[in-house]
Amino acid sequence: MCVLAAAGGVVAMLGLLAHPQAQQANPAQTNAGRGQAGRGQQPAGQPTQGRGGRPQNLDNAEVHVLPVQGNVYMLVGGGGNVTIQIGDDGVLLVDTSFPQLSDKILAEIRKLSTKPIRYIVNTHVHDDHVGGNENLGKRGNTIAGGNVGNDAPTGATIIAHENVLNRMSAPTGTQAPFPVAAWPTDTYFTKQKEVFFNNEAVVIMHQPAAHTDGDSIVYFRRSDVVSTGDIFVTTSYPIIDQARGGSITGIIKSLNYLLDLAIPKDKQEGGTYIIPGHGRLCDEADLLEYRDMVTIIRDRIEDLIKKGRTLEQVKAAKPTLDYDGRYGTTTGFWTTDMFIEAVYKDLSGKK
Amino acid sequence: MRKSVYRTTVACVALMAAMAAPRQASAQGPQARGVDLSGEWAPRFHEDQPERIPGPEIGDYLGLPINAAARLHADSWDASLLTLPEHQCKPHPADYSPRGPANLRLWKEIDTASQNIIAWHTHISWQAPERTIWMDGRPHPPDYAAHTWQGFSTGRWEGDMLTVTTTHFKLGWIRRNGVPRSDAGTLVEHFLRHGNVLTLVSWINDPVYLDEPFVRTTNWELDPHQNIAPYPCQIVVEVDRPQGVVPHHLPGTNNFLNEFPVKYNLPAEAARGGAETMYPEYQLKLQAMQKAAGK
Repeated sequence: MCVLAAAGGVVAMLGLLAHPQAQQANPAQTNAGRGQAGRGQQPAGQPTQGRGGRPQNLDNAEVHVLPVQGNVYMLVGGGGNVTIQIGDDGVLLVDTSFPQLSDKILAEIRKLSTKPIRYIVNTHVHDDHVGGNENLGKRGNTIAGGNVGNDAPTGATIIAHENVLNRMSAPTGTQAPFPVAAWPTDTYFTKQKEVFFNNEAVVIMHQPAAHTDGDSIVYFRRSDVVSTGDIFVTTSYPIIDQARGGSITGIIKSLNYLLDLAIPKDKQEGGTYIIPGHGRLCDEADLLEYRDMVTIIRDRIEDLIKKGRTLEQVKAAKPTLDYDGRYGTTTGFWTTDMFIEAVYKDLSGKK
Repeated sequence: MRKSVYRTTVACVALMAAMAAPRQASAQGPQARGVDLSGEWAPRFHEDQPERIPGPEIGDYLGLPINAAARLHADSWDASLLTLPEHQCKPHPADYSPRGPANLRLWKEIDTASQNIIAWHTHISWQAPERTIWMDGRPHPPDYAAHTWQGFSTGRWEGDMLTVTTTHFKLGWIRRNGVPRSDAGTLVEHFLRHGNVLTLVSWINDPVYLDEPFVRTTNWELDPHQNIAPYPCQIVVEVDRPQGVVPHHLPGTNNFLNEFPVKYNLPAEAARGGAETMYPEYQLKLQAMQKAAGK
């Protein structure tokens, strides 16, 4: 009852008059990753449509670079986030966003380093992450030996899990979804691939059947930064590309793995920084809340399935209600209903 | 009576502040220095003590302008969540920290050449969160910057009142029983010093979980003898669980929710909160509900 007396007393006098600042969200915050603001601004991957779902007009898209820590920077704007690692050896990129943004991205890279782009690592196959492979790759150089030599015009080395190459290419005689110059040139099929570049270990770790079947997370060990691709985004519910081998179980497993990898500083803040596939820079605490959210929704839908509920009944039960204001949407290419449907199908085994 | 007059005074000052509050921070000249807030401030818990010190009861959302989403979030909340290692050392966010065991230190950072105040800093005892309130007119970070427990704060003097706007919060809470405040939430605060008493009027706005701004006041008294102890936090394994377990109540299964209204003989509906329950007029509705129920 104290609340009624205290808060209520003040509010009774003030609440009827709009507080200028309370009523108007700060412009910086309005887009701070909340669900509504994120909607319609940029897609967070393309689950089933190849190159569909991208913004119609990227001409006016702005790209911005945020220093993260150590050698690592985060580039945002237009498409998927791009991670930039710089140093004496050159430039390493994690993902390349849309092809229309390549010039702008390159201009931002050149503000950080005049060294060649040596490596591009693709976290997965969607074209908001690999779309700039060709444009940016051909402007890079691989250090090669023998008759090829240093700085030969070979283009940057493009690293990805082999399933990325499989999905970007096509059997002889059929049309590949991506041009050959955009394809990964160095694939791996094991648990992880390691590169030592710019005086730090870069660990590329496969995450099976998560956002897709070819996901990699990239851990910069010295800088203590992880780039997650679309396994973790701050702009929407997890995007599960079931047509390309994604699953809610794999997403959750990968989020838990990322939690193990991240170590915060004092006060559960900072320490390991996490660059999501889309959205703002994060640390373990942000990832934790996202993992909790996804797990709780998974548990709710699983419980409803055990009780024999149909998909429509599950949707009607609103198992995402408490998170919809932050991550949900009824329009666009990845709606809340589509997320629920993907989880339902995954857990129930119904296709 | 004195308390009533005091509360009215605070409310009137806050009302004036609300009407005059700026829409964005900007640099102020050296003449705009307000009053000196520096010092060691001891918390006074005469206001909302049961909620702030013993802690709120499960299912008590009374007086909170929450929406259905916040209600479900809180209904699902299980205190065992705090046993997970990653949850153990979270500090209170800036909008809740003054509500806990909140011995407060306030100090200012001054530019040597101009003697202008660059920033105010706060340190609060529980979990020792430190906060910077920038006074130099710098803008808030872009939307893609990291969010923190204390958020990003800018301040501005309005007479002797320091008005602070904070954005870039992590997901937090407005009551320690699972009632959330989203990372899209913003905070506007007014620091008012009356002699040796410091009053903080805070406004939380959250498009995700609140239907109306949530306003509360908190008081401290100057205490020059106060020495705030360190607050280290060491994560330990409290419960051995399989990886990935997140304690929570499935919808409709939280049997603790009824304890609060039963204990205080309140209609269950009132305990569910909502903007309506903030206002004094709701007490009339409460009385009517109780009368109808024959209580």
